[in-house]
Amino acid sequence: MLTFTLRRLLLAIPTLLFISLIIFLILDLAPSDPTASLPLTIPPEVRAEIRASLGLDEPMVVRFALWLQQFFINEPLNLLEQWTGLSFGDGDRTRVISWQTRSPVVDIIAQRMPQTLWVVGTSYVVGILIAVPIGVISAYRQYSWFDQIGTFVSMLGFSVPTFFTGVLFIVIFSVQLGWFPSVYDTTHVVTDWASFVVQLKQIIMPVMVLGLYNASQISRFMRASMLDNLNQDYVRTARAKGMTERVVVLIHVLRNSMIPVVTVIALGVPQVFGGAIITEQVFKVNGLGQLLIVAIQSGDIPTVQTLTFIFAVLIVLFNLIADVLYGVLDPRIRYD
Amino acid sequence: MTDLANVNEQQGYRAPRNQWWDVWDQFKTHKGALFGLGFFVFMLLFVYVGPYLWPIDATYIDIRARNQGASWAHPMGADQLGRDTLARMMAGGRTSIAVGLTAMALSLLLGTFVGVIAGYFKKLDGPLMRLTDLFLALPLLPLLLVIIMLFRDTLRSTFGPENGIFILIVFVIGITSWMQAARIVRGDVLALKEREFVLAAKSIGTPSHRMITRHVLPNVMSPIMVSATLGIANAIITESALSFLGLGFPSDYPTWGRLLFDGTEWLQRNPERVIWPGLAISLTVLSVNYIGDGLRDALDPRIRGR
Repeated sequence: MLTFTLRRLLLAIPTLLFISLIIFLILDLAPSDPTASLPLTIPPEVRAEIRASLGLDEPMVVRFALWLQQFFINEPLNLLEQWTGLSFGDGDRTRVISWQTRSPVVDIIAQRMPQTLWVVGTSYVVGILIAVPIGVISAYRQYSWFDQIGTFVSMLGFSVPTFFTGVLFIVIFSVQLGWFPSVYDTTHVVTDWASFVVQLKQIIMPVMVLGLYNASQISRFMRASMLDNLNQDYVRTARAKGMTERVVVLIHVLRNSMIPVVTVIALGVPQVFGGAIITEQVFKVNGLGQLLIVAIQSGDIPTVQTLTFIFAVLIVLFNLIADVLYGVLDPRIRYD
Repeated sequence: MTDLANVNEQQGYRAPRNQWWDVWDQFKTHKGALFGLGFFVFMLLFVYVGPYLWPIDATYIDIRARNQGASWAHPMGADQLGRDTLARMMAGGRTSIAVGLTAMALSLLLGTFVGVIAGYFKKLDGPLMRLTDLFLALPLLPLLLVIIMLFRDTLRSTFGPENGIFILIVFVIGITSWMQAARIVRGDVLALKEREFVLAAKSIGTPSHRMITRHVLPNVMSPIMVSATLGIANAIITESALSFLGLGFPSDYPTWGRLLFDGTEWLQRNPERVIWPGLAISLTVLSVNYIGDGLRDALDPRIRGR
């Protein structure tokens, strides 16, 4: 198991390098000029100086190597210094600088991270909490009215895009009923009960929109996996031993059915971050997704590159976690 | 000596039937799938035949009707410039469904090609599957946004504002969604290669290209058809999401996603401007997903005929 994990970790390095190269090439070979949005009155020689100050006059290989060094060596060292208080080297390292704000990209991401994590994390937990019981009951009472409604609702939740549910929620709950605010206020600080209620009110719509979408996907897997296990021989044995139905379903079958579902949950994490891009846009949450959209629209290549690469790291990381989890949870699977 | 026809009659001989009749019989038993098929056909008629029955042009500006609610002249209301929403829904649906179908066709073509080649030729299996894994590890939505942003203007000036963006969106959706189909097809081809009829065909000296077109491809049609339906749903949702983020089609070339995006600014005044396109996207995707579910059951020989 350990050797497998190590091997996968080592294999992840060339994959990530290759992905970073692809992202770099797409951004670099694109026929768009970062100085194109500047006023036309700027004389060409000044424009050339602006390009030089952005580091664009270096050859492509140099810029790619520089970005790699900044992202993989300088930024982690900076983070380590901040966390431990130690200092490595002279501390004078070049950082990935945003073209929009001229401040380090990693700092901006660190500012935006909590909002995204709150919304995305809560919605994923809510989604799992809704999906697992629904999947279990649907499978246990297959073809009952509960199962029929459950599968229909999950099909619906799976088909209706989040940008429509989000807007629909705003129309119903903000415009018509006036219960919840339609804009997520990230400067709000929870200090007492009243402010906690305000926070709850503003977070409930984005969380429900994303949560329902995740729940509909996970509950389909949960139901299918429970159905696979319910007809197995060991279930009949457990019943024949005289165990109560509750123990059979909730201990024997559920634990075995959770194996594929847990890996699906792990694999879904990066997709949820991607889906959060849309939800953040609907509810005006200024998280990572909104940062990406703004950076794309203003042609801020270092920010786009770093953010996209972070999404790629998330995907590779959670793929690895899912594989390892599968081996840990299911003793029948041995990678070595 | 017994008469052959007599025996057949006694045993209730059934005329040989085409496989696709059996598939259709099984498909008919799935109510959701039948309903989905009906709705999808209705949508196709709505967007392609509808404009002949509803004569108002999608770009015709009737400024007196601006921001109007539903009326007999404009059953779905009109937008802030007085353009008829029903006509724009038809025009938008035409683009959305066309994007869905072409992007699906492109991704299936790529996916099937990679899957068949990887499954059939052992030497190419490793590299092609590594490539597939690599594509699966790419953050697709951010990359789609980046590619569209960067290449939009160039393509627009080359192919014209409408075709340029259409080609770009179909292309990017196609090349980022072929991986699932490739994996499924490869798995099926690997299993097929062990079957006797393939061995028999090989032993009489069938060349590879004919093996693939005559024996392998017809037998992997069912997973391809199921991925096709899911591919349409996926492409329609992706296109709408891109348009919704403001990076898809321009406002004067509407799609359902773009109509929804334009409608969000008028949410308080005319909520129906958001609801109609949203409903159209959701119901179309839902119906396509149900068709996929029904097809999966109908094409599975273990379920069929029971």
